[in-house]
Amino acid sequence: MSLWLFMAQRLSAVVMAPLVIGHIALMIIAVQNGLTAGEILARTRGSLLWAAYYGTFAAAVSIHAAIGLRNIASETFRWRGPSLELAAVAVAGLLLAMGGRAVIAVVA
Amino acid sequence: MLRPHRNHPLWYAFALHRASGLLLALFLPLHFYVLGLALKGAEAMDGFLALTAHPLVKAGEVMVVFLLAVHFFGGLRLLAVEFLPWRDWQKSVAAGAAGLSLALACLFLLSAVAWP
Repeated sequence: MSLWLFMAQRLSAVVMAPLVIGHIALMIIAVQNGLTAGEILARTRGSLLWAAYYGTFAAAVSIHAAIGLRNIASETFRWRGPSLELAAVAVAGLLLAMGGRAVIAVVA
Repeated sequence: MLRPHRNHPLWYAFALHRASGLLLALFLPLHFYVLGLALKGAEAMDGFLALTAHPLVKAGEVMVVFLLAVHFFGGLRLLAVEFLPWRDWQKSVAAGAAGLSLALACLFLLSAVAWP
C-alpha cells in the first residue's frame, strides 16, 4: 500500500503543478484594486472551464493533503494500523466535500 | 541548537516542505468555507471579504502565498530528485526554490497593497 500512496501523492502533485502556477498568477491579478465577491463570481459563474480547473484542483489536493497528513501523523505520533487509514480517508473525504461545495458555490 | 544531522540545507528544505504542507492543509478548510459562502450570495461573501482589508489578514494572505510557492518549488525539487538522474547542482535548486517563492509572495503583496 505504501507504494500506491507514494505514487498517488506524486501523481496528484504532478497534476496540481500547473494548476498551482495558474492559481498564484490569478491571485496576483485578482487581488489588484481590491477583491470583491462580484469580481470573483463574474469570472467563474457558469464557466465549465473554471469548474473543470478547480474541480480537478480540489480532487487532487484532497488526495495529496490526506496522504501528507497521514505521513506526518504516522512519523510524529508513531501511529499505525486501521485507525490511521480511517483518519486519512476521513480527511480526504472532508476536503473533497468542502472543496466540491466551494467549486459548486462559485460556478453554479 | 539543531543537532548536526539536521543542521544541513537539505534538511531545512525538508522541514520547510513539511511545515508549509501542514499549514496549507490547515488553511484549506477555511479557504473552502469562505468560497462556499457564495452559495448564500455575493453579499454574504463580501461580508467576509471585507475582513481581508485588515493589515494582519493581508499579511496572512502573503504568508499563505509564500507557503504555497515554497511547497510547490520544494515539491518540484523532490520530483526531480526522485525521478531524474542526480546532478551536483540539484542542491542549489533548494536555495533557488526558496528565493523564487519569496519573490512570488512579494509580487502578491505588491498587487494587494501597492497597486490600488
